[in-house]
Amino acid sequence: MNGVQPLVSVRNLRKEFPIKKGVFARQVGSVKAVNDVSLDVARGETLGVVGESGCGKTTTGRTILRLLEPTSGEIMFEGRDVRAMNTSELRALRREMQIIFQDPVSSLNPRMTVGAIIREGLTIHKLAEGAAADARVRQLLQEVGLRAEYSNRYPHEFSGGQRQRIGIARALSVEPKFIVCDEPVSALDVSVQAQVINLLEDLQREHNLTYMFIAHDLSVVEHIADRVAVMYLGKVVELATSEDLYGTPLMPYTQALLSAVPVADPKARKERIILQGDVPSPANPPSGCVFHPRCHHPAKDAACAAIVPPLEEKSPGHFVACIKQPPTTVSWEQQKQAGGVHPPERYLPLAALHA
Amino acid sequence: MTEPLLSVRDLRTWFYTEAGIARSVDGVSFDVGAGETVGIVGESGCGKSVTALSILRLIQPPGRIEPGSVIEFEGRDIVTLDDHAMRDIRGNRISMIFQEPMSALNPVFTVGDQVAEVARVHGDMSRGDAWKRAVEMLAMTGIPDADVRARQYPHQLSGGMRQRVLIAMALMMKPALVIADEPTTALDVTIQAQILELLVDLQKKIGTSILMITHDLGVIAETTSRVIVMYAGEIVEETSVDELFARPHHPYTEGLIGSMPHIGHDKDRLNVIPGTVPAPTDWPHGCRFRDRCPYSWDLCAREHPPLYEIGSRAHVSRCHLAIEPERRNHPHPPIVVQEGVAAA
Repeated sequence: MNGVQPLVSVRNLRKEFPIKKGVFARQVGSVKAVNDVSLDVARGETLGVVGESGCGKTTTGRTILRLLEPTSGEIMFEGRDVRAMNTSELRALRREMQIIFQDPVSSLNPRMTVGAIIREGLTIHKLAEGAAADARVRQLLQEVGLRAEYSNRYPHEFSGGQRQRIGIARALSVEPKFIVCDEPVSALDVSVQAQVINLLEDLQREHNLTYMFIAHDLSVVEHIADRVAVMYLGKVVELATSEDLYGTPLMPYTQALLSAVPVADPKARKERIILQGDVPSPANPPSGCVFHPRCHHPAKDAACAAIVPPLEEKSPGHFVACIKQPPTTVSWEQQKQAGGVHPPERYLPLAALHA
Repeated sequence: MTEPLLSVRDLRTWFYTEAGIARSVDGVSFDVGAGETVGIVGESGCGKSVTALSILRLIQPPGRIEPGSVIEFEGRDIVTLDDHAMRDIRGNRISMIFQEPMSALNPVFTVGDQVAEVARVHGDMSRGDAWKRAVEMLAMTGIPDADVRARQYPHQLSGGMRQRVLIAMALMMKPALVIADEPTTALDVTIQAQILELLVDLQKKIGTSILMITHDLGVIAETTSRVIVMYAGEIVEETSVDELFARPHHPYTEGLIGSMPHIGHDKDRLNVIPGTVPAPTDWPHGCRFRDRCPYSWDLCAREHPPLYEIGSRAHVSRCHLAIEPERRNHPHPPIVVQEGVAAA
């Protein structure tokens, strides 16, 4: 990351959930929700995280904020070790890191007025009191495009899009540097979704915010993100600038994912890679490359099932976990020893995907 | 043109709620031809799902299909059929694929039993024959080891598999019409691609008509040949799928297409439709989209627009721009923006 310290830096992050069975709740296994994830988020950028249900994208976001305790790994925020923080340090940190939730209904307390919801952060962090807090709440409501009078109303009086704006105002109230947006527009209708995306972009510019934008909708992520991480079964399998990732996806999983998006243009007859079967269980992930049982790369062989592919730089800033896409640090000799029969070869079935 | 399979005329389905009469579907007319795939697209609350439920007569009080509504299917008016005759049609000649595959299946019966039940109720088949046919249908929808899977319960299957079970159930009797209500909304994008391909493929094999109800213009573009756009309980535009994306006429359709981010397109600001859908208990007078429209003028407040023909009978739009097209060159901030409540 060219020498500049990233705002958030994650190394070898793991989060496992125990599977318990029987009367004594004996642990019989674990779900590896986040399995060795490393990534940086630069100041002022939007890092998109995409993947299907159960890929660990939400768990990654929550673990970074320590809303979930990581099993192992390192999380640095502005050079400070987040995992080593005690409760009061963590509370201070929460002023700088906020989250916007997917479900605008369950993430707002129905018994509190909108004003009280937004004010809570101000009180906890002793940012404003009395009339000053009231003024700040009014200002925040206007900033997210709601009327200041709405502060006396309750969440149920608002539509989904308006509630999401309230959630954004709450996150903004403590003037954070970093916001994890966890599927913030998934529950919204298309036209309202566009309103909220534009709002998030405006706020980022005005407040110099850094976003981690978690979503399953690939077109939304392409629109908003500078760089994108693709997750599959708890791992980051590809990480690149939005342009590179959508233009020349190298990881076969990304290729399939992109080709599956329905295109709102009846004239565009595009090639489609239909993945066979379902995502395997994260409690018992496949050996080697987690994607190999469903992979369509023509050079796929026994080496893929034996070697865990490192997330390596294939071209400047474009990281991919695939030993069959050259260049790779896993030499052909090593692959042959693991049973490999097809040497790595560049495979781009979707070169003209969205041309 | 031959007789359409399904012909809906002036369908009005209203709900008598404490907050007033919700005119969820308010005068909808359209046809579905044999073997055709017609899409209904619109946002939450536009009346698309209530339209689907009305065709199957699944409207519960306080809702009711208003007198004067006609739903003609294979020469019979569904609105006036008695319950016994309706049961003969439902699940047999018209079937439905629901959005949420978990809640549409019974958790205490195996999926094979549930698929077989359709044939036992409608096809008068013996238990053994029905089971055999169920396994065949499950295999046809691409479920591997269908005979093993048929003996499993819904919770043992993934979301995509459960949706395949629902499709098997819907197609069991080779219905003339399948209504698919957001069939892929709950699924991941790679599974969605599998299911859409399966639906298109099975339609070719069985020759059934599909009424595809969705909010996703991508799904519409990939599966349908004709599209109906609904807004505020009404049809606001209807045309072929190619025409809709190439030359949308209604400002709402235009806004809907513009507000979607497209992969590979520029990263400019998204166009938005300001404001929100009005409440169904209180549809605005005149044009229901007027407050959110960048072209509206005094006529839109005075007169509720009819469905105008745009060039040909095959393209209709409920917008006065049809008679004053030059107004499209002079957009203005919509009324909701002028009133300062844009950000609803």
